[in-house]
Amino acid sequence: MDNPVLAFHRVRQVFNSDDEDDDVCVLDDVSFDIIPGQVTGLIGPDGAGKTTLMRLACGLLRPESGAIRVLGLDAVAESQAVQSVVGYMPQRFGLYEDLSVQENLDLYAELQNLPQKKRAARYTELMHMTGLAPFTARLAGQLSGGMKQKLGLACALLRAPRLLLLDEPTVGVDPVSRRELWAIVYRQVKEQGMSVLLSTAYLDEAERCHEVLLLHRGKLLGQGSPTDFSSKVQGRIFQVSAAGASRRQLQARLGQAPGVLDALVEGETVRLVMAQAGQPTVENLLPGLDEVFIQPAAPRFEDAFIALLKTRHEDTASPGKMDLHIDARDDDEVIQVHKLLRRFGDFIAVNNVSFQVRRGEIFGLLGANGAGKTTTFRMLCGLLPASGGELSVAGLDLHTARAEARRHIGYMAQKFSLYGDLSVTQNLRFFASAYGLRNHRQDERVAWAIDTFELADYGETNARDLSLGFKQRLSFAAALMHEPDILFLDEPTSGVDPLARREFWARTNALAEAGVTVLVTTHFMEEANYCDRLVIMAEGTVLAEGTPGEMKARARTVDNSDPTMEDAFIQLIEQREQDKNMEAVA
Amino acid sequence: MNFLHIFALARKEFLALMRDKRSRIIIIVPPIVQLFIFGFAATYDLNDVPVAVYNEDSGGASRELLARIEGSPHFSILHKISSDAEISTLIDTRKVLLVIRPGQRFSADLQRGSPASLQLIIDGRNSNTAMIALNYLRNVVLDFNGEWQREHGQTGPPVKLEMRAWYNENLQSQWFVVPGIVGSLMLVVTLLVTALSVAREREQGTFDQLLVTPLRPVEILVGKAAPGIVIGLLEATLIIVLMVWFFDIPLRGSIPALYLGILLFLVATVGVGLMISSICVTQQQAILGAFLFIVPAVILSGFTTPIANMPEFVQWLTYLDPLRYFLVIVRGVTLEGDGFVLLLHQFWPMAIIGAVTLVLAGWLFRHRMY
Amino acid sequence: MNVRLRRLWGMIRKESLQILRDPSSISIAFVMPVMLLLLFGYGVSLDAKNIPLGIVIEQPDTAAQSLAGAFDRSEFFLPQRFAAIQEARQALAERRIDGILWLRNDFSGRLLSGGEAPMGVFVNGVDSNQANITKGYIQGTWLAWLQHFAAARGQTLDLPVSMEQRVWFNPALSSHLFLVPGLIAIIMTMIGSLLTAMVVAREWERGTMEALMVTPLHMGEMLIGKLIPYFVLGMGGMLLSVAMALFLFDVPLRGPVWLLMLCSALFMLVSLAIGLLISIVTRNQFLAGQVALVVSFLPSFLLSGFLFDIHSMPAWVQAVTYLVPARYFVAILQTLFLAGPVWPVVLLNAGAMLLMLLIFAVLVVKKSYKRLD
Repeated sequence: MDNPVLAFHRVRQVFNSDDEDDDVCVLDDVSFDIIPGQVTGLIGPDGAGKTTLMRLACGLLRPESGAIRVLGLDAVAESQAVQSVVGYMPQRFGLYEDLSVQENLDLYAELQNLPQKKRAARYTELMHMTGLAPFTARLAGQLSGGMKQKLGLACALLRAPRLLLLDEPTVGVDPVSRRELWAIVYRQVKEQGMSVLLSTAYLDEAERCHEVLLLHRGKLLGQGSPTDFSSKVQGRIFQVSAAGASRRQLQARLGQAPGVLDALVEGETVRLVMAQAGQPTVENLLPGLDEVFIQPAAPRFEDAFIALLKTRHEDTASPGKMDLHIDARDDDEVIQVHKLLRRFGDFIAVNNVSFQVRRGEIFGLLGANGAGKTTTFRMLCGLLPASGGELSVAGLDLHTARAEARRHIGYMAQKFSLYGDLSVTQNLRFFASAYGLRNHRQDERVAWAIDTFELADYGETNARDLSLGFKQRLSFAAALMHEPDILFLDEPTSGVDPLARREFWARTNALAEAGVTVLVTTHFMEEANYCDRLVIMAEGTVLAEGTPGEMKARARTVDNSDPTMEDAFIQLIEQREQDKNMEAVA
Repeated sequence: MNFLHIFALARKEFLALMRDKRSRIIIIVPPIVQLFIFGFAATYDLNDVPVAVYNEDSGGASRELLARIEGSPHFSILHKISSDAEISTLIDTRKVLLVIRPGQRFSADLQRGSPASLQLIIDGRNSNTAMIALNYLRNVVLDFNGEWQREHGQTGPPVKLEMRAWYNENLQSQWFVVPGIVGSLMLVVTLLVTALSVAREREQGTFDQLLVTPLRPVEILVGKAAPGIVIGLLEATLIIVLMVWFFDIPLRGSIPALYLGILLFLVATVGVGLMISSICVTQQQAILGAFLFIVPAVILSGFTTPIANMPEFVQWLTYLDPLRYFLVIVRGVTLEGDGFVLLLHQFWPMAIIGAVTLVLAGWLFRHRMY
Repeated sequence: MNVRLRRLWGMIRKESLQILRDPSSISIAFVMPVMLLLLFGYGVSLDAKNIPLGIVIEQPDTAAQSLAGAFDRSEFFLPQRFAAIQEARQALAERRIDGILWLRNDFSGRLLSGGEAPMGVFVNGVDSNQANITKGYIQGTWLAWLQHFAAARGQTLDLPVSMEQRVWFNPALSSHLFLVPGLIAIIMTMIGSLLTAMVVAREWERGTMEALMVTPLHMGEMLIGKLIPYFVLGMGGMLLSVAMALFLFDVPLRGPVWLLMLCSALFMLVSLAIGLLISIVTRNQFLAGQVALVVSFLPSFLLSGFLFDIHSMPAWVQAVTYLVPARYFVAILQTLFLAGPVWPVVLLNAGAMLLMLLIFAVLVVKKSYKRLD
């Protein structure tokens, strides 16, 4: 067997805080070997220690104890040598946004000692591979998210390193770009015999790896091929559908049913992960419902992952109850958008967008980064004036409406946007009083939020110090303090791990059941399944509108009888490109 | 306006500023340290100016005059030299500022009643220091002359100069500079607190969260201005107490007038700070913006150099500087004993600056969004 | 070209491109010096002119009018007449005038009877420096009038001792000749420390530092690659300031240009080293900006001897000034511009700067390593 390209031996890493009791153990006794010539995935939820592991591997951190060898070198004693031979792409890749694509390449070519005469050929090859060839003169800051990642990858690949370390290269990247990134990585492995260690929070990507390292709370839970993992839940996966209940109600009920580890809306059915193997009975799962179909399904890596994490700790929240008092008025179309337009200088961010949202609906805006979702969103919330077209939210344009009109809406911004240096309770109290709740009513709502979102243990913690999942819960709670009947959620699940995402959607479903209208943007295609209706946006325009089922039906082909939302999206984008080319030819 | 809203916002601003130990320290400690260091450092008074004497005269009169110079706290004679060459060495290398050279016939001339000349060679590299040193020396010589004439039965000059300084009787520059430092420190502290407040919220995204609540721009404005003003008032009180206690600066005028001045000054600077803050998108721009305001505001305020000496168009610019008016008020109340009436023309311009900048800031909250 | 040089060249080119594309770097390096020099050169002057002076003559006869006339003719004063001392006092309290000249009704009588006629002068002492200058001008006008008065009666005014002053280096005692060279030190401190501290901290914040670290680039190469472009930028700002000083403000340059450049280069390096140290320690733009402002900008303004005489400060403050590099550079600048190459001054101060440079360089190298912890 070949010598491992990367070997961790009993590595322990602790982050010291001022108070010794608060020291956090980020990696605990982690040992593994990675054999050359394959793609290894480092999988784990948020805060599992993935980034720390990556940084240790390239000598940027010194472990508390244990040994790390990279390509036969000691990562601590010979860190300069290690850094000279590996290729590394940090989470926020170090592109200089004020330099052009070509200038970034030149810089890294110089820094990686790429000989002058080899450069031209390597540049052409990489630019061709990444599809960036037409944009070499553009500033890196003006590239889309996916293009930035590809440029970052190209910079790390300039010298064709023997070991390539990629820290969450696909975060926030649209599905088309993600496919392209993976293609580039595979090509390197196949043609150059490169070894790749790649961390990701997208569980579907785990199945594209040769081998997976599963990391959770600093501990290595397992190492093996994706099928090794999924075979452990063989016989525990089922698809359930029932004629008498909506998918959403079905999922809520199944989530509470005995023996169910996980219930997830998937297409027209609900996917179940059971605690034990064996066909579950209808009486057990859904007593009192007729026409229930339960079919076994093939296990996936995600099922194994959820099963592993959910059995490890039972302390995750059990959401689903939303005790809200919504005075639903019965105007039918609560949000109306007609030929909406927004310009920034010469650039048209939102172009001729129209859609309607009905009361009590979950309505999705889907699209890659830069598709114009957030801009549309900000206009609806009254944060940005429209350049043209009409829009109304509960009959009003919030940008010009009086302040009182905003009492009906709740808003959760894309990134965490509560006050980091205020405690959880202080944040909640502040937003409650900003919405005019006082005295007894305020106490009541704060108590409700802390109870519903299970924040009691963190009441006095500064919001900044919460983990990402709890930050998201807090933002969600703050947006609901005044019981709004319309809720705007901008990329609520971006960067959040699969467990927290499930929790989040369970709550949103409960809200919609209670009559709240929800407008949500997301770039996770599978989350579209939670929406009643959605629009897909690209480059500021609407590509398609309809229910998730309709969208997927359009993408159905002979080869692919059960397309995913992602397939549907990619098909729409490709079709658009084709139309564009046709136009160009004509 | 809903006072509950304003109160909630102001409370939040305070918590955000004061919960963190580091930001508490940044607000409180540097101003006090700076008051002490700069209060002692920033003085135009000269003590122990190094002097060399090249005395070619052997008489007693020159020794008597030199003894007077030595006796003054402003001068100390460090070198006695005996050749021309040494003069330039000592002055060039900055070992002395001044060389005093009584001529060979100094005492003889004096005895005969004809004018005796006292040569002075002074280093003009720092012209201000040179001018002050010459003034000190002229006073010593004038005193010497007066006494000599009396002792030797000569008539003095037919007109006698009786000079007195009002308000700062001993002309201590600390009395002038320390109140100026008080004003400048308040400007820096309040501007930094407010200039970052909106920019930080914009950068962190919390400003959007604020704008979608039913809060009105006026309420946001008042809520954001309140902490700057309250912190400024407390800080001003602390600095003024230190000023009176530690630097022995008199407080002769009306304290209510002083506080009205402080309040209006704070409103004006908070207005400028919030305006800078709502124009800027990032904290870095806000710091740069605050800096671009602070530097000219301090220079043009009359803190170290008189406004009257500036060219006319620069003097017009100073009317836009709230610190200009505030310094007159602080110095007026502490040293000159002024009350409301004499300071009336300092109050209203600050009120106008405050009103205009606050209205602009409030308008920018909603109209600058990308 | 050697591999190391190529890497260094890559860093320098990247850094230069970033400077060229960032308007705030350019404005700190070139707009700020122009603004400060114009403000200080034109706006700030310690030379009083047109001092508003109230004159009260209780008995307007020839002698009194003649004395007042001397003040009317002086370029330093802008006299206004008041009928009574109370009115003049009120005007002084309202800050309409800065001083009062009071000739009482027995003035001429005592003057002609050969006695000592008193001339009362009151000045507003709030601005003590200005008051001292005003007093000096009043004394000068008074002496000139005495001589004139004596000459008119065929006598000479005999003062026992008369001062014969010679001012070296700046005979007209004009303040911008010393303010402008001092400003150059302030401007270079800002470019060196403030700008460098912010831009290096920016690499940490944006995460580009992490990518740079995992390349064959050595830390030393990175530091030098950062230093050189900012060094060039700083020297550019310095040349601009010198050109403005020489051609706009007519400040003489009496020392050799090469010596000025050499000392400036040394000071620039000290400032850059301080800026680098700040950014390496804080790794955060906001904090770096604050620290740079507090430890480099304000001290170089107030504790360098640029405005206030170090010698007259209390001993403990003087001790603090030894830690301010601008102190040494201001001394060199004022000497090279106004006095010429006085080697003991230049060598001593340059030596002190060299020592500081070494200390800071060692600290920078010790504090910077290719690790994130």
